[in-house]
Amino acid sequence: MAGREQHGMVQKRGVGHWFTHLGLIIGVLIIFFPIWLAFVASTVTQPEIVHPPMPLWPGDQFFNNYRDALVSGVNAPVAKMLLNSFVMAMGIALGKILISLLSAFAIVYFRFPGRKVFFWLIFLTLMLPVEVRIVPTYEVVAGFGMLNSYSGLIFPLIASATATFLFRQFFMTVPDELAEAARVDGARPMRFFWDILLPMSRTNIAALFVILFIYGWNQYLWPLLITTDPSMNTIVMGIKQMFPSGDDIADWPVIMATSILAMLPPIIVVISMQKLFIRGLVDSEK
Amino acid sequence: MEKRVTFKGWLLPICLLLPQVIVTAVFFFYPAGQAVWQSLFIPDPFGLKSQFVGLGNFEFLLGDPYYRAAFTTTAVFSILVTVASLGMALFLAVLADRLIKGSGVYRTLLIWPYAVAPAVAGVLWLFMFNTRVGVVSWYLGILGYDWNHVLNEAEAMGLVVAASSWGRVSYNFLFFLAGLQAIPKSVIEAAAIDGARFWTRFRTIVFPLLSPTTFFLLVVNIVYAFFETFGVIHTITSGGPQQATTILVYKVFADGFVGQDLGSSAAQSVILLVVVGLLTVIQFKFIERRVHY
Repeated sequence: MAGREQHGMVQKRGVGHWFTHLGLIIGVLIIFFPIWLAFVASTVTQPEIVHPPMPLWPGDQFFNNYRDALVSGVNAPVAKMLLNSFVMAMGIALGKILISLLSAFAIVYFRFPGRKVFFWLIFLTLMLPVEVRIVPTYEVVAGFGMLNSYSGLIFPLIASATATFLFRQFFMTVPDELAEAARVDGARPMRFFWDILLPMSRTNIAALFVILFIYGWNQYLWPLLITTDPSMNTIVMGIKQMFPSGDDIADWPVIMATSILAMLPPIIVVISMQKLFIRGLVDSEK
Repeated sequence: MEKRVTFKGWLLPICLLLPQVIVTAVFFFYPAGQAVWQSLFIPDPFGLKSQFVGLGNFEFLLGDPYYRAAFTTTAVFSILVTVASLGMALFLAVLADRLIKGSGVYRTLLIWPYAVAPAVAGVLWLFMFNTRVGVVSWYLGILGYDWNHVLNEAEAMGLVVAASSWGRVSYNFLFFLAGLQAIPKSVIEAAAIDGARFWTRFRTIVFPLLSPTTFFLLVVNIVYAFFETFGVIHTITSGGPQQATTILVYKVFADGFVGQDLGSSAAQSVILLVVVGLLTVIQFKFIERRVHY
């Protein structure tokens, strides 16, 4: 960024420069503190926590606490809850990408009767969160016998058009010459879709996958409603279920180990795919 | 915008649309329609039949002091969350933008909480401020402040606002930083040559040029505070004490699933539908027109 270096005179030097770093470091510490504390709590013993103040540096119970959580948990083994979350997040991300790619392709590359109607029916669902239609959606899912099932966790959250909207916008930017050439060559529409459109959409698909995976993983209200069987709980909603009702003291080390496990997969996805993630975020929201 | 080059046929595109149309119809339009329909009835206690009451559920809700209180709570809560998370994010983004090198490192460090689910954020903050074992509440006690969000309404609100804003800072930071870096440095340079100090430059040039980003984030954060913070409320306060943190979405859940008052819950859903609809329209209309230069 040579251009920015040349304009260095606007950037503060000396004392101001260090204040900038100081401000940012304080900000980072504030943002980090809750996660750090959870991590520390997941490595110490229960007595160390229930006699405050708890230590602020990790203890030696890391393996014990995480093993306890993963193998037995409180209501259900956390390993099972991780699996449930993984299936749900993957199902939502892949399912939504698949149906959106197909419908966006149909809307952009075909003219057929009723196209406008379909278009509006799909786009009416933009932005409307599952939270506002929970009772009737619950009844539908219960009617299909999909309570405590993966399909019950996944399908209602696929029913929205954000991804379709995104792919539509991307397809509009694909040069017409490509479709023209495919048509002249006598290629069938699906051939064009597989051989040209899909490879071109790779980055968009990956970026969207990151966003949707995190969206699916972090769902709370919906799994809370439809998974009454602890072995079907997702990890994010299962944490709250680990708190005892009444006055019993919560098993903090195990609960905090579970919290760390619950945030690890989305954090890994975000950090490792940072560039794609930021791009996907800015694209999908703007 | 329309494509000039298209393929022929109508059966194939209909088949391609079918999966999305079916999922949307079954899990979106039918339930949404049901919500509207149910909102016009009051079911009897056994759920055997319901009585048509027209707009009775709505009339009752609008006159219900608890519902009106939930509206006020939601407004206060959303404003606090939006202001807190936008303020903190803008502050950090302005600092990071001043750096010639290293803003990428801070971005990586600040991006983490975005990945943390609101419900998990709720558990982390609950742990810090827990009245029995919380570290922060313990040190506050040493300082002579008796923290108890279980009984104190203002403290409960403060805690859910903090936990809800926390994860949002990363998200807003990313957008603010992108917005700041898109401002041509020559404009700021010119002002600096004219002798404008940092604060003057920020107030008269940077902030106005940032307004599309700010406005966009305003709407998105309000939507977030309205709907996605359910997990925070449910884990930390369950709407208490004395419904001090019962926001509208929480009330739909509490009345519909805990209280089994389906007619009222459906009517509340419909009101929320209207609110989201309005916010969507505002987002699409205004972002495209008003805040452009």
